[in-house]
Amino acid sequence: MTLFFAILFYFAFAVLIAGVGYKIYDFARTPAPLSIPTTPAPTTKSGVAFRMAREVVLFESLFKGNLWIWLFGWLFHMGLLLVLVRHLRYFVTEIPAWLLFIQPFGKYAAFMMVAGLGGLWARRFLVERIRYISTPSDHLWLALLLGIGVSGLAMTFVIHTDIVAVKAFFLGLMVLDIQPLPTHPALLIHLLLVALLMILFPFSKLLHAPGIFFSPTRNQVDNPRETRRLAPWAAQIEKN
Amino acid sequence: MAAPEFDVPKFREFPTVPAIVPGAMAHSKPYVANEKVQEGIGLPTKLDDDWQVTHDKVIGKFGELLGKYRSLKVFMDACVHCGACTDKCHYFIGTGDPKNMPVARQELMRSIYRRYFTVPGKLFPKLVGARDLTKEVLDEWFSYFWQCSECRRCSVFCPYGIDTAEVTMAARHILDSVGYGQKYSNEILGKVHKIGNNLGLPGPALENTLEGLEEDVKDDTGFDVKYPLDVQGAEVLLVTPSADFFAEPHIESLIGYGKVFHAAGISWTLSSYASEAGNFGLFNGDYAMMRKVAMRIREQALELGVKRIVVGECGHAWRVAYAFWNTLTGLGAGANDPFAVELQKQLDPRYKQPSHICELTWDLIQQGRLKFDKEANDSRIITFHDSCNVARGSRMGDYAGGQFEIPRHIIKAVANKFVDMAPETIRETTFCCGGGGGVLTDDLLELRVKGAFPRMEALQHVVEHDGVNFMATICAICKAQFSKVLPYYGFNMRLVGGVHQLVSTAIRLGDEQ
Repeated sequence: MTLFFAILFYFAFAVLIAGVGYKIYDFARTPAPLSIPTTPAPTTKSGVAFRMAREVVLFESLFKGNLWIWLFGWLFHMGLLLVLVRHLRYFVTEIPAWLLFIQPFGKYAAFMMVAGLGGLWARRFLVERIRYISTPSDHLWLALLLGIGVSGLAMTFVIHTDIVAVKAFFLGLMVLDIQPLPTHPALLIHLLLVALLMILFPFSKLLHAPGIFFSPTRNQVDNPRETRRLAPWAAQIEKN
Repeated sequence: MAAPEFDVPKFREFPTVPAIVPGAMAHSKPYVANEKVQEGIGLPTKLDDDWQVTHDKVIGKFGELLGKYRSLKVFMDACVHCGACTDKCHYFIGTGDPKNMPVARQELMRSIYRRYFTVPGKLFPKLVGARDLTKEVLDEWFSYFWQCSECRRCSVFCPYGIDTAEVTMAARHILDSVGYGQKYSNEILGKVHKIGNNLGLPGPALENTLEGLEEDVKDDTGFDVKYPLDVQGAEVLLVTPSADFFAEPHIESLIGYGKVFHAAGISWTLSSYASEAGNFGLFNGDYAMMRKVAMRIREQALELGVKRIVVGECGHAWRVAYAFWNTLTGLGAGANDPFAVELQKQLDPRYKQPSHICELTWDLIQQGRLKFDKEANDSRIITFHDSCNVARGSRMGDYAGGQFEIPRHIIKAVANKFVDMAPETIRETTFCCGGGGGVLTDDLLELRVKGAFPRMEALQHVVEHDGVNFMATICAICKAQFSKVLPYYGFNMRLVGGVHQLVSTAIRLGDEQ
């Protein structure tokens, strides 16, 4: 069992890094031939950075678009962020003070995350328009994420697992030293789903995470009269 | 007006999101461009008789565009089906057809993307909503990608900035490339290449029109306001939508531009060769075509030796001019390639190149070079319709949002009574007139009337509460569209007009005579 999970996580990690890495490379190499920021847009680079920060941290456009989706989506993502940061403790030997400080917040943020996911999933059933656009994979993603959240919560609050051993397992993985993994059902489900998520990430709509940084309507400076942009393939037309 | 063969949407007391009506607009299709039209702009004339050939060409072109446009590539991957856009499209609000929800419209294309360009779509098509490309799919594209006006309203609300306009443009470009063009847009592109403007108005006719205009203005005002054509060495080349030359109410704004130049003492000219600001290449997502149309203006600017280029009241033309001309033709600043430098040596760097006519007029007003009798507009209670391409695809002035402020500043400088429509229907969240993006054709009348619904509701509100009797706008398509659809909603077609129509009414041309 330990060996299976060790191999699984090496594999999942490799797929995640290689897959998302390739996607980022692919986004970056594809030219944006025309100036298409959704205006009004910032006229300076720092303005664009600020706009992007507002999108990524506050989900500004979504806030303008739909308050319910914003509320559930933001709860989920911010909950997830806190939870992920808290999980860093399993990957460092000495836990720094700020990570200790975050520990209680990270623990309860899991409820935020699960509540957000629940709300998002409910919308896929209750709102006719969203039911119409939902594909089976949209439901499965929510199920997967909820599965991760609930199994994690179970370990924190209901049936504890030997987290010292879990930490030893992951610290060992990082230095190619396989340590025994506790065979706790909630833990195994939790880890299995996380590995699945990592493997599917680069092939799925989870690409919205790197994608937003490459979205021309959000990352372009509104300065077309002052700056000429020319994609390589477009410059070719000029030569003809 | 003949009775419509469809129901015009009824104004609602409390506007809510409509229930979905699957297939409500499945019958809506523009005329397909015939072989002559396609040939006229160098496109394949018809679909190949062998479906497999067309199939492969579509997938091939799709792949090519994914490699050329980061927008398309990111937008195909990033959507999570959150649903924020589902109630934002005027065509969805007006028709209830779920395929007019922006995400569902994109999905017509994304389903093909997944099937042919992603691993999960190749392995588990049903699971991820992928499907094979069939003739039916292509027909569906032709129907629903011609039910999008590329207004970008959805992109304002998308958490990833996904812009359906980019997807629509790609789809139309693909359709064009396999011989499945739209008659109206492609016919117009043919006219630009052949004659120089969208309306096919030849040089001599243009000259006559402008002479007649000079006489009319003289009769009206007593002043010799000139509407010059092809004047070598004029300071300003004005490029305006060709509808301004004869259509009502467009021509009233053209009269206004002339009066502004006259009052400010700026020499200017129109061009018979570049007598069109509009650029339908944008609507079809065809970069090369868009460039070819825009090059006419560059050529004329060089030929006539003008110092400034100013664009008249036209929404998509201003987007192309403001955002794309520099890239397409080197008309702008900041380039060091010989192609662009050549033009920049001639143009006056003190002015923004190109400028919008509203920027020019507002600058003159601020400098105190124009005087107005505001009372002349007192019979009008005015509101302003932000045109989508100006609002969400361009800018005016030096700061983000100048495209909203400057036209309003001008209106308030020339008239006393102004009132805005509801905030969620103006500025960056403005509703399209329903006729933009290449659908301003009578074979899509039902779509146009229904698509105008959200704007008409907002207008109805200010008409009822504030007595608004004039909706100013700075887009030739908006003007033509509203003139046509206003009567369907019980309004007078003359309720719409241009900002420079208001300027024209109030401007002082010289000392009192």
